[in-house]
Formats: sequence, structure tokens, C-alpha cells
Amino acid sequence: MATAAKSNSVFFKSSIGKKVVMGLTGLFLISFLIIHATINAMIFYNDGGVTFSHWGHFMGTNPIIRTLEIGLVAGFILHIVDGLMLWKQNHDARPTKYAYSNANANSKWYSRSMGLLGTLLLIFLVIHTSHFWIPNRANQFIHGEELNLYQMMLDIFQVWYIVLIYVLGCVSLFWHLLHGFKSAFQSLGLNHTKYNKTIDIVGTAFSIVVPLLFASMPLVIFFGLIR
Amino acid sequence: MKFKLKVWRQANQNAQGKLVDYDIDGINADMSFLEMVDVLNDKLIKKGEDPIAFDHDCREGICGMCSMYISGRAHGPQHAATTCQLYMRKFKDGDTIYVEPWRARAFPIVKDLAVDRGAFDRIIAAGGFVSVNTGQAQDANNLPVEKAFAEKAMDAAACIGCGACVAACKNASAMLFVSAKVSQMALLPQGQPERTRRALAMVAQMDAEGFGNCTNTGACEAECPKEISLTNIARLNREYINASVIAE
Amino acid sequence: MAEESNQTITDGLNSKIPGGPVGDKWTTYKRNVKLVNPANKRKIEVIVVGTGLAGASAAASLAELGYKVKAFCFQDSPRRAHSIAAQGGINSAKNYKNDGDSVFRLFYDTVKGGDFRAREANVHRLAEVSVNIIDQCVAQGVPFAREYGGLLDNRSFGGAQVSRTFYARGQTGQQLLLGAYQALERQIGLGNVEMFTRHEMAEVVTIDGKARGIIAKNLITGAFEKHFGHAVLLATGGYGNVFFLSTNAMGSNVTAAWKAHKKGAFFGNPCYTQIHPTCIPVSGDYQSKLTLMSESLRNDGRVWVPKTKEDAKAIREGKKRAEDIKEEDRDYYLERKYPSYGNLSPRDIASRAAKEACDDGRGIVASGFGVFLDFADAIKRLGVDVVKARYGELFPMYQNITNEDPLKTPMKIYPAVHYTMGGLWVDYELQTSVQGLYALGEANFSDHGANRLGASALMQGLADGYFVAPYTVGNYLAGEIFTKAIDLNHPAFVEAEKSASDRQKTLLGIKGKRSVDDFHKALGHIMWEYCGMARSAEGLTKARKLLQDLRKEFWSDVLVPGGLNEFNPELDKAGRVADFIELGELMVVDALNRNESCGGHFRVEYQDEGEAKRDDENYAYVAAWEFKGMDADPQLHKEPLQFDNVKLAVRSYK
Repeated sequence: MATAAKSNSVFFKSSIGKKVVMGLTGLFLISFLIIHATINAMIFYNDGGVTFSHWGHFMGTNPIIRTLEIGLVAGFILHIVDGLMLWKQNHDARPTKYAYSNANANSKWYSRSMGLLGTLLLIFLVIHTSHFWIPNRANQFIHGEELNLYQMMLDIFQVWYIVLIYVLGCVSLFWHLLHGFKSAFQSLGLNHTKYNKTIDIVGTAFSIVVPLLFASMPLVIFFGLIR
Repeated sequence: MKFKLKVWRQANQNAQGKLVDYDIDGINADMSFLEMVDVLNDKLIKKGEDPIAFDHDCREGICGMCSMYISGRAHGPQHAATTCQLYMRKFKDGDTIYVEPWRARAFPIVKDLAVDRGAFDRIIAAGGFVSVNTGQAQDANNLPVEKAFAEKAMDAAACIGCGACVAACKNASAMLFVSAKVSQMALLPQGQPERTRRALAMVAQMDAEGFGNCTNTGACEAECPKEISLTNIARLNREYINASVIAE
Repeated sequence: MAEESNQTITDGLNSKIPGGPVGDKWTTYKRNVKLVNPANKRKIEVIVVGTGLAGASAAASLAELGYKVKAFCFQDSPRRAHSIAAQGGINSAKNYKNDGDSVFRLFYDTVKGGDFRAREANVHRLAEVSVNIIDQCVAQGVPFAREYGGLLDNRSFGGAQVSRTFYARGQTGQQLLLGAYQALERQIGLGNVEMFTRHEMAEVVTIDGKARGIIAKNLITGAFEKHFGHAVLLATGGYGNVFFLSTNAMGSNVTAAWKAHKKGAFFGNPCYTQIHPTCIPVSGDYQSKLTLMSESLRNDGRVWVPKTKEDAKAIREGKKRAEDIKEEDRDYYLERKYPSYGNLSPRDIASRAAKEACDDGRGIVASGFGVFLDFADAIKRLGVDVVKARYGELFPMYQNITNEDPLKTPMKIYPAVHYTMGGLWVDYELQTSVQGLYALGEANFSDHGANRLGASALMQGLADGYFVAPYTVGNYLAGEIFTKAIDLNHPAFVEAEKSASDRQKTLLGIKGKRSVDDFHKALGHIMWEYCGMARSAEGLTKARKLLQDLRKEFWSDVLVPGGLNEFNPELDKAGRVADFIELGELMVVDALNRNESCGGHFRVEYQDEGEAKRDDENYAYVAAWEFKGMDADPQLHKEPLQFDNVKLAVRSYK
């Protein structure tokens, strides 16, 4: 029995294996968010997009980064597919729901709503990539040159409801990270009095800073603070 | 005190169930919740109605048999207490109280509020033990255990197998239950020879029973009458990862 | 039989005690016991009813040996048996504390604690295997309390002057049961034990004088099932619920033992009832059970009531609080009456002393029946944290139930029925007077005499299950290897099933006016009033009549709802209460027969200045009662008790 259970497929099919995948891909996506937010923050130089475009170009053309990008897409897909499988299993585990449940007494709503928040993020992701990433990569593929992402940003964020969608996407991201960051460590078994507090503080700070930074970008552009 | 009760009634596993309203009066604040149900049942019996079936036995919070989802919470609003240790003084006069059974695919309903928790037994049978036959033991003091580990093992061993963790979890996950037993054994020298085998076998059985996955919401820990900690789930994760991908 | 018994068959009872000195008997027995070879073990089926400490440990151990085992419990899981509720600990003569303990001393303490009404040979064996139990449980991963050096910790307990009690916080019973339960589940997983949860034994099937199986009721479907076994082991616990209010679990019942009794198993010393001194006092009529506070609390708690009735009255009426009573106005009556044991006096003595104080008008709860258990001195001596740590969940549990904090104000306690020393009569091999039918743990009468010492119940349950029954049952089964499984259509099975099923139909058909609980409460009142802490010939005679009337009334006026073929807990309860009423009468008959006071049996006619007065001349025997029919008097068989190693003495704890 022990040998059979040690095979990889058993691990990845197991409930804990799936959670480990969720945690690892989650942390990987978090690391991507750091890069993404850092480079986007170059717009705050307010230098007409010079710094931003410099780094944008680096990210869009550097062969190492482009290879990593394949990993990133895979990370997204794994995270999403795994999440959907978990959602299905969890849903099936309780066929009859409680008539009355006071779950707020024992847990936070966002920790119970990772599937919902994740779905909102997925919708946002589709909108967001179709604004920037997909047209840009398509152009690179067809014409061999990058689009002016900075200019595209300035154009797209002139529409109030698009700005609103982006801000809401960032709000979803905040709640998703607020639970997900800490939860990833717990799923990987990293729970110790020595560093729990650090994870807690860093996780909360990260969940606030990164979405706030992202949300501020369409806003400053919309209000003309950055041209 | 008087209350309006909305109680789940279901004749058997396959029958259609529904919430039924009962009004009850003359309840003393010092009664336990189960004693309140006793009073209601006595009235139902004398009216020629079917009394509410529910599991209970020791009524001192240790056997793990009682299992009601009260006012939207496993074992009701009292922290760190089983249903039998929930006293009516915890409610306000005139409250409406919902009473439902544990709900999980792995815990089919037997009747009304009684469910079948045989899944827990099968998980233990899969690996929640030390394989030592009667008579094989060495002298008890030949195996010293560091006090801190003994205490942690005892913390985990305090689980009474009531299933409140499953009932409270939005995914009906049994991770807290399984992790408590895996932790107890992983922390003790007696548990070492079967350490990896145990983690793998118990998790495999847990999954086969149809429990959900852990989302780390912490609801189980908050509702556990014995205050079993989430650190046990982290330990189970480590044990399982180690057993699956690291251990030889 | 392993070796010639030095005890002849007396009065139809053969206790089968091996010859030789008491310290050698068990060794001698094991040396000569008949064995069953592994190939034959596979063909032999053993039924174990009850999965508490005794049942789970026996079922697991027998399965490990290779027998095919079927185990039954009425709860939803074998882990729920009421052994879990034992809080304090388990005794073992390990002498890890180097404080002068030994097998002989544990043996001596237990015989003395039992007020010289236990069988020496059994008790010595119990003391011998007590050391193996601790080894076994530790090996299973039972998380006993440890010292900083990593070695096992001990504490002292009522009735002993050494520290020989091993414990796991306030959950010793739970942890030991989980150890046995896990061993059992392991055997279930390996396919060596077939487990039947939510099944209740309804009949023992006997064929040609031997137990050959049982009829069990599937409590979920209501169906009766026939099960064959080469031997049947009853580990079904005690009958304290005959008193309605007791510290037993709601489901604890005498039914299996009582059915066995009616099929020919003698009932030993039914009147010996242990009243535990430290329970939470009764607070109202609705109360369904009494909660025990571990006896270990008496290690640090001091028991007292006010010296004057006036102060007690003021406390009862809420005009004064415990803290208002000055030190010199308090009566620490246990310390006063029993200076050498003080608050650690044995249970029967501590309970009776509480009753005396309350009968004297000095009780401190509204009903008048309660005394203080005060931790103020211990907190002063050790600090709040040490006291809190020592009693784990007990304090919060008390506070949750009573709404009072024992760290701030004394606990209120009163005795409650806790354990029954009596049970099915068994010989040295734990076999009842029916061949092939065994009784283990609290279900038998064997080891505690007239009073059980603290931390001994867990010891006995596990001794019987792990270390005694596996040998002694084998000795019987060695003679059964040629017995083929008996066809379940055998008339004995068919008849037993019919009788069980007919009884249920009768109960449902009465459709009277009073609920089962009404009758149970009425029974409890009679038993507590006349057969409780103090008994008299007059009261007992009256009680017998009351019980006979109650039985008639039950069978003509009980109201059982629901149907036959469904999960019907009320119907199951009705069957249990019917058996309790019959047992109650036997307890009264036994109490009336025993014209002496000993241990848990106190007859007001037999006392010396309030102390129990034994009559060794006429009553140093086990009263084994034979069932002679519902309306006939039971027949008494006497098994004389010989004391060769312990000198019969007045049991003094002064």
C-alpha cells in the first residue's frame, strides 16, 4: 500500500496534494505580482513612459523572461484548474446545505469565498489580458514589434467603467491575497510559532500594498495626474 | 424561558427531510440543551408524536456522541463545548433556535439529528494506530518522551471524534480529525516506525470517504469542543508531503 | 482446568482458583493452560459484546491471537463506550516513585479497600498484570503525563498511601480507551474483527448448557440478527443507571448481563454500589445525569461544611457565602474524623461522611445535599497556575455547568452513584456459571469486593481484556476445536430471536400513558431512597414491594412511540428500563440478605458509632443469585471467601 500511494499521481490526486499545488502556484503567482507591480510602478516617474517602456521592453524581449512567461501561464492554468477541481469536490462533500448557518462566528467570509474571489479575478484576468498582454504578444508574433503599452494605458484608462472594473479587480485581489498568502504557507505545512507572526504581518502588508498600488494606476491616469 | 425551535426531521437516510417548528415553554436556564430536548420529547411522546432522534451518551462532554448544529453552529454558540455541555442560559428568552444534523456526504443521516460517523472509524482502521500486539511491549519507562512533545501529543489526542470539525467546515473536510491522530503519533517515539505509512493511508481513506478539502478557514479549530489546533493540520501537511515526495 | 483447585465446589459454585500460594497462582495457571494451535484458532469464532476498555482490549487481543472475532456495541462507534469518562487515572504497581509500592501492596490495598469482600486470587492477579497494562498502553502511544526527564509521572489517589496512579490530564479513561479502540480498529482493518456498531445484544443463545451465540438488534433497522460464537464475552459495563441519576452515560445499561442472568448466569453481589463522593449536586427535576468531578481533586481540595446549622442555613439561603465563614467555624470533617487519610479517605467513607453532614442539617446547597470542596489552601500553597495545570479541564467544566469559578469560590459537591462492584458471577477464568459465557470488566463482580478504590476500574477493565481473558478463554476454546459453526436455524437461535422480538411487540402494544423516562425516574427514586447510601431492613422490604408494583405498572401503562422496523431509541430504552426494574428487585433482595455493613453496602442496623460494621463470621461470602423465574424468589448460592494473605481487620482510615 505504502509504495502504491507514493506514486506521483496519487499525491496530486489527493486532497493534500491538490492543496500543495494550490499553495505553490499561489506563491509563484504572488512572486509574479511583485515583478508586475514593480515594473508598472515605473509610470510614477511621470516621465512620459520612458522608464516604464524601457523595462517593458526588457520584459517583452528578454529570452529568459520570455521562457519564464511560459511557466507563468502554466502557473495560472494549474492554479485555476486545481481551484475548480477543489471547488467541485468541496461542493459535493456537502450535498444538502444547512438551512441556517452562522459561519461568520467561526471564520472570515473571504477565507470561505476563495472560489468566488478567484472567479472574479479570472474574469478580470480575461479583460485585463485582452486589453494589454494578448494584443501586444499578438502584434509581436505577427509584426515582430511591440505595441506602445504606455500609450495604450493612457487611452484605455480614460473610460470610467473600465477604471471601475480595474479597481474592483484589485479589491478582489486584496481579499484573495489576504487569505491566500497565509493559507499557502499553512498548506505547505509551514506553521510555527517562530515565524507565524512574520507570515501574518508580511501577508497582510502585501495584500494591502500590491492591490493598492495596482488600483492607483488607472486612477492616477484617469484623473490626469500622469500623462 | 421559552423558545421557538426549528428542528430537522427526517425519517431515515433516504427519506425527504424538513424543518419542523416546535414551541417550548418552561425551560430552566440551568438545563443543558439536551435536557431541553428531553423535555420536548417527553411532551411529543405524550401527545402521541414521534420524538426527535438524536445521538447522545455520556452527557459530560467527553464521549463525542452528541452532535447538533445549533443556531448555525456546530455544538451551538458555546465556545469549546459539546452540545451536552451547552446550557440554556447561553440563549435569550424567546430566541428562535435552528437545530440541524451534521451535514456531510460522508456522514449520512440515520434519523432526524443522528448521523453515521463510521467514516471516522474507517480512517482510524486505515492507519490511526501503533501496530503493537498485546504482550509485545517493553517496560514503559524504557521509552522516555520529552515533556513538551508529550504535552503536544496529548493536545492532539484530546480529540473526541465528534465530527464538529466536519460539520463546521464549509467543505465538510475531516482534516482536523485526521491531523489530530497523525500528529499525536508523529510526535511520539512509538509512532515513528509507521509514520509515513500512517499519513498516506489515513489521508487516502479520508479522501475515499468523500470529505472535502481544507481551505484553512479555521472554522474547525474555532468550533472544536476540545480546541484542537490548526497547527495539527500544518503538521499533517508536512507529514504527507514528506511521506509522498521526500521519504524513501 | 489448569491445575487442581484447592477450593472445592461449594453450593454449586466452582471458583476454579488454582492451588499454591497467592503469588504463584496466575503463573501456575498460565503454565498449565491449554492452548489452541494457530490453524484451529482461525476456525473459532468469538463474540464480544461491548467495546469499552474490557471489550475493545479483549476483542483486539483475541483477534491478534488469530481468532475470528465479532464485536458489538450499541453506540455509533466503539470509541464512545463510557470508559472514556474516567478522568483520574489508572493504578499500577510499577513503583517508579520508589515509595514502597509493590504488587503485594497494591493487592493488599485493593482487598482492604474492597472491605474484605473480594477474592484474593483474582485481586492478586489484577495487581500482577497492572504493570503489563502500563507497558502495553505506552507502547500504543497513550500520551500519559511525563516528568521533565521524559519518564512517566504518577499521582496519589484515594485509599492509597503511595503514588501509583498514571494519568493523561483529566482524560485517562478516554486515552486508554482510544488505545484499545485503535488496536481494535487495526484488527477490523486487517479483517480479523467484524464490527457491529449500533447493535444491542437482545439474548444469549445457549445450546446444551453452553453459550453458542447471541441475538443482536440492529438499532437502525430494528431487525434482529442471529450470530454464532464458540464463546461469548460480555463486557457490557455496570448498572448504575438503575438509579436513573448516576454518573453513567445515558445508554449504559444492564440488559446484556440481565439476559445472561436469565439464561443461567448467576449475579454476584448486586447490592454493592459505589457512591462517588465528588459529583456536582443535583440542581433540578429535569436533570438527566450527574457529572463527576475527578476524585483526584481531593488531592488538593479540602472538604468542609460549616460547624453550625445556622451558618449552613444562611449559605443555603444565599445570605452568606463560603468565604464569609471563618476558619474556626468550618468543619473539615474528613480531616477531623480520619486524620491519617483525611481528604483522601476511600470513596464509600467520604460519601457517607458527606451524607451524615447533610443529614445533620449542615448541607450548603439549596436542596440541602451538598458540601464544599475548597482549593483556597492549595492555591495559596502552589499558586493558581499550578492548580489550574494540575486539574486541566475539570475547573472550566465545573464552571460551565454551575456558572461558578472554583478558583474563586469553593466547589459544591455531593455523592452520586458511580460504579457497581456487583455483576455477573465469574470464576477465576472470568467464566460465568454458563459454560462459554464470560464476563469482563465492570460487568463482572470479581475484583473490587464491596468497594472499589479510585483508579482501579480502568486497571481491571484492561487487565481482563488484555491479559486475562485471552488466556482463560483459550483454555475453554481448546476443548471446542471440533465444534463446527452451528446453523442459525437451530431451534435455540430461532426461539431466542422470537422471544426478543415478541418482547418488543409487547412493549409497543401497551400504549399506556406514562413515558419510559417516567418509569425510570420512579425506579431511581425507589432505589436511591431505599437502596442508596444507607439501607435498612424495613426500607428494603418496602422497596421490594414498590418495585414489584412498578414492574406491573410498567408492563401495563408504558407508552412507547414509533414502530418496530426503524431507528427507535425510545423502544430500546424501554427494554433497558424493564430490565433495570427487575435488577432493582434483585439488588434489594441481596441488600436485605446481607445483614452487615461493608464498603458500598451500608445497613443502618449494623454500625459502630457511624462506622460500618462487618460481620465476617456470617457474611464473608460472595452472594451469587440464580434466576428462578419472574415471580419466584431468586436462589442464593454462597461462595465462601478465604483470606490467607490479608488479615481480616476493621477497615480503619483513622
